Amino acid sequence: MQARVWGCRGSVATPGADTIKYGGNTSCVEVRLASGHTLVLDAGTGMRPLGVVMDADLPVELHILLTHLHLDHLQGLGFFRPLFSPGLDIHIWGPTSPVAHLSERIAMYLSPPLFPVRLEDVSSNVTFHDAPETSVTIGSATIRAAKVTHQGPTVGYRIEENGRTLVYLPDHEPSLGTDLVDVPAEWISGHDIAQGADVLLHDAQYRDHEYPDHVGWGHASTSATMEFARKADVGAVVLFHHDPYHTDAELEELLDEARAKWPGSQDNVCLAYEGMTIALDGGVAISPEPTG
Amino acid sequence: MNDSLGAPGAPKSLPLILARELASNLATPMFLLDSGGMLVFFNDAAAMLLGKSFAELGEIPAGEFGAALQLSTPDGESVRRRDSPAGIAFFEHRPAHKNVLATAYDGVRRQYEATAYPLFGAAGEMHGVVAVFWEVAAGNLGA
Repeated sequence: MQARVWGCRGSVATPGADTIKYGGNTSCVEVRLASGHTLVLDAGTGMRPLGVVMDADLPVELHILLTHLHLDHLQGLGFFRPLFSPGLDIHIWGPTSPVAHLSERIAMYLSPPLFPVRLEDVSSNVTFHDAPETSVTIGSATIRAAKVTHQGPTVGYRIEENGRTLVYLPDHEPSLGTDLVDVPAEWISGHDIAQGADVLLHDAQYRDHEYPDHVGWGHASTSATMEFARKADVGAVVLFHHDPYHTDAELEELLDEARAKWPGSQDNVCLAYEGMTIALDGGVAISPEPTG
Repeated sequence: MNDSLGAPGAPKSLPLILARELASNLATPMFLLDSGGMLVFFNDAAAMLLGKSFAELGEIPAGEFGAALQLSTPDGESVRRRDSPAGIAFFEHRPAHKNVLATAYDGVRRQYEATAYPLFGAAGEMHGVVAVFWEVAAGNLGA
């Protein structure tokens, strides 16, 4: 599979000179499978530019995997051109809720007065599914979701294809109320789906000195992210969901702090950036960090 | 989802993980059963009353745990495990509260107010049971 990051900012889009290197669009990752199927992980504002490219070469079947419905993970959906492609089959997966069906919850955004177009009026053929907590097959990949610690119903996704595994946990506070160092692995939120992944994309919103003022906000500290990754025995960690107040320079300080906590190769810890590509085929290849 | 039937080391569902973290941060004695009927955790406050830490006891079937406690009413009438608050929450999927006597692992018999309730997930699936209990003041014993 081939993954490409279209947005990795957390909470709110942050265009501007201070964020140009790693990008200001919110969460969206495209995953192209060997079978020709396409997955899109979350529908943040990065979905708009993805849609421009994808509209010129539409997949036969498209699966959008939503981790949760906070606006920074949903706002791009209404600006995703393929959503308005007549006849295109789009499957949207998301966390269950005891309150309302996934389609009803998404329609709360895609309807007036928040948005001019109603979800029911889009041209593509949209089908809604509960995030699969037992494995499902999509094309050449096996996909499984698990509920994780965040605010409101939220899942992470594990995608396996040809012996390689990508795990996506963009919004996750695994250390809420506990110190991960002392907790058995089976009691750690998200550990089950992250275990042994070749590449883990994980929430790294707060630096350690920022976290005490944000306990319970649903995001991870640098130390928690790295301890989580270490306990899950992942191959590489891609730090994701950058805080909207973090400039490019501050993100690089966060990266240094993260690498200092990683027992393996420093090259296997990196910051997500718009345009980053991750190839998981025979081996694992992550594109080098931008120089600009 | 919990397909472990309580096997130690098996991944726990998020509702159980959150319940454990809640329990870990409380001074109220609390224990957790999973959906397979295993005792999977009790906190330090519970350990003080039960006479053994969870690290010492480990995960055990709830039936074994209940048998060790030798539950009875304050009048001395034996309470079947399925009629205990945790048993009712587990088997009947409803909250329950009782005043009971129980013998701790250190041999001390105490009187408790005990409340238990089932944990249901977003899709209505059963994740386990939370039970909290308070020791009744010694002066009330046998009241």
